[in-house]
Amino acid sequence: MRKLTLAIAVIAPMLGHPASAEDTLKIGYIDPLSGGGASVGEGGLKTFQYLADELNAKGGILGHKIEIVPLDNKTNPQESLVQAQKAIDAGVHYITQGNGSSVGAALSDFVTKNNSRNPGKEVLYFNYAAVDPSLTNEKCSYWHFRWDASSDIKMEALTSYMKGTASIKKVYLINQDYSFGQSVRTDARKMLGAKRPDIQIVGDELHPLLKVTDFSPYIAKIKASGADSVVTGNWGQDFALLLKAAADAGLKVNWYTYYAGGAGGPTAVKQTGLDHQVFQITEGFANSGNKAAMDYEKAFRAKVNLSLWYPRAVNEMRMFKAAAEKANSIDPVKVAAALEDLKFEVLDGGEGIMRKDDHQFLQPIYISSLGKLTESEPFDEESTGWGWHLVSRIDTPQAMVSTTCKMARP
Amino acid sequence: MLELIVISTLNGVLFGMLLFLLSSGLTVIFSMMGVLNFAHASFYMLGAFFGFQLTKWLGFWPALVLAPLLVGAIGMVVERYGLRNTHKHGHVAELLLTFGLAFAIEEIVSMIWGKSPLDYRVPALLDFPAFTIFSTNYPAYKIFMLAVSVIIFVALLIVLKRTRVGLIVQAALTHPHMVGHLGHNVGRVFMAVFGVGSALAAIAGVIAGPALVTQSDMAASLGPILFVVIVFGGLGSLPGAFIASLVIGLVQTFAVALDGSLASAFGPLDPSTGPSVLSDIWNVTIAQVAPIVPYMLLVLILIVRPMGLMGTRES
Repeated sequence: MRKLTLAIAVIAPMLGHPASAEDTLKIGYIDPLSGGGASVGEGGLKTFQYLADELNAKGGILGHKIEIVPLDNKTNPQESLVQAQKAIDAGVHYITQGNGSSVGAALSDFVTKNNSRNPGKEVLYFNYAAVDPSLTNEKCSYWHFRWDASSDIKMEALTSYMKGTASIKKVYLINQDYSFGQSVRTDARKMLGAKRPDIQIVGDELHPLLKVTDFSPYIAKIKASGADSVVTGNWGQDFALLLKAAADAGLKVNWYTYYAGGAGGPTAVKQTGLDHQVFQITEGFANSGNKAAMDYEKAFRAKVNLSLWYPRAVNEMRMFKAAAEKANSIDPVKVAAALEDLKFEVLDGGEGIMRKDDHQFLQPIYISSLGKLTESEPFDEESTGWGWHLVSRIDTPQAMVSTTCKMARP
Repeated sequence: MLELIVISTLNGVLFGMLLFLLSSGLTVIFSMMGVLNFAHASFYMLGAFFGFQLTKWLGFWPALVLAPLLVGAIGMVVERYGLRNTHKHGHVAELLLTFGLAFAIEEIVSMIWGKSPLDYRVPALLDFPAFTIFSTNYPAYKIFMLAVSVIIFVALLIVLKRTRVGLIVQAALTHPHMVGHLGHNVGRVFMAVFGVGSALAAIAGVIAGPALVTQSDMAASLGPILFVVIVFGGLGSLPGAFIASLVIGLVQTFAVALDGSLASAFGPLDPSTGPSVLSDIWNVTIAQVAPIVPYMLLVLILIVRPMGLMGTRES
């Protein structure tokens, strides 16, 4: 009798195990957790883990617990595919990634091929930060969904703002030498040229991605060009080090950026002493003024000890839940269909929509500047005492660009 | 334009001196044991991380002294219990040992300190612009880095060329058995030299940490360029390493500053050829290829003068 109870005690958990494994909904998080992109990748991981905990506390998605599976891709497309395959072999049907459009393009392609070869075992790719426009244009895929605004949407908004700033006369472009950096420079040239033909582009620099340790030579060049403004898509250590070198050399220009708020960015900006001269374009920010978003920011900071750098990740996970509930299934094929044209109230307020034509999420866009805070702005960044201040809000209908996507539908 | 030249020269010399600080240790170790120490850049990284940690506990100046001592001690242990034992199995075994060590150190460092960049700050004492040329500030800390590098170079030269210790070391490099018969403990000399070499790398780490990035992949990103320096300068030659460091520092900095391309020198290609691989190459600027310029120099020198600038032997 005792042997039987023992046998049951041993076997029962084994029997129970597969069932509970199916109950969890695994999301593969493929991003740099080492190398030059690590600071950004770790911030993203903590954000997704926080979001998963939050959903789990409310019963998960259709009763399934969410589990984030961290996979280090070292910002390398090839390594990402290895990690993606590992994730799929471990039973992951949803992968999320953001840092590095070269990685994004490789993953999108990989997922598309995987799904055509393995019907019934489809995988969805939720992109929360890779903003190369080609991902929703010529390289678009039915299985890819993007929650961040593409870089041309951001540049459209940014140049519309710069158009009204008469003091801008000479602009210097400095970007990372890969697909995203190149699309920032070409978009900037094209859109500035159309909106403000009087602005002179005095420099157009590409540097190796996440490899430069000292930006002093580049800063010397910017200084020599006589630029009054710099436009850069740099992220991760490439932004922090660029500003650090600028602070050391005492370069005083206006900075128009995509990612000044990333890890290490605000600290470097504070060192430059450029009060409200560093601008950033995002889909939301800490001091946006929206009560719900600010309460959320407060709770997030209290627990994670980081500022909420990815409001789009919140939108992504919440929309995932909404789509799964709409489809009443966590089957990727059904979730994908439910996501198309899904309207959604975004974290920072206003309605966004997942455009069916190219799977680009369209949402309000903000331009903000970093500097000393006013009384109504409670959140600083990286304990610098400086925080983001609203400069301009562009509503969803104005924050759209057309797509050339011709999507192959299953 | 003059402004750009002056600033680029300063930046280039600074980077060059930092390279020298690193490659001097590597060069000394190479000429002694005939083995390229692949873990040398890892000792540099250890210097930066120890420097960061000790700065937190004791302040920057004690860290500047203690971190190199610690790393030097680790280097001596590696020589005594690692390299000396593998030596009898030949150079390949020694090389593989240092190769493995580099990976092990990187893993250990990222386990302890994590993989994100550390917030390693310039000491408050040196956190001000030293002088301003053409409206560009030059930070005092960079001057400090430059000064330390120069002092170490001079000290090293004096010790090696003018003192009794230097005499024994130099003799042990070329005639270890003779030196041994004269009653000197050659093993201990090797151990000490390896320790000093590692400590030199660590000094570079402590002082470069706040200026550049302190994170667990810093060794991997710096390692290759060190080999370029010592091969370019001539294997085993200290003055050669010095000149090569400066040349590579300056070349890399100036390459960034130059916007010239084949297209700007000879005019753009016929537009009717359209975008092609050829027009891509034609339009690439020197600034864009700056990171590979040192490696191009390496290939060039190996073809033209295989022993390097000041090398004495063909190897």
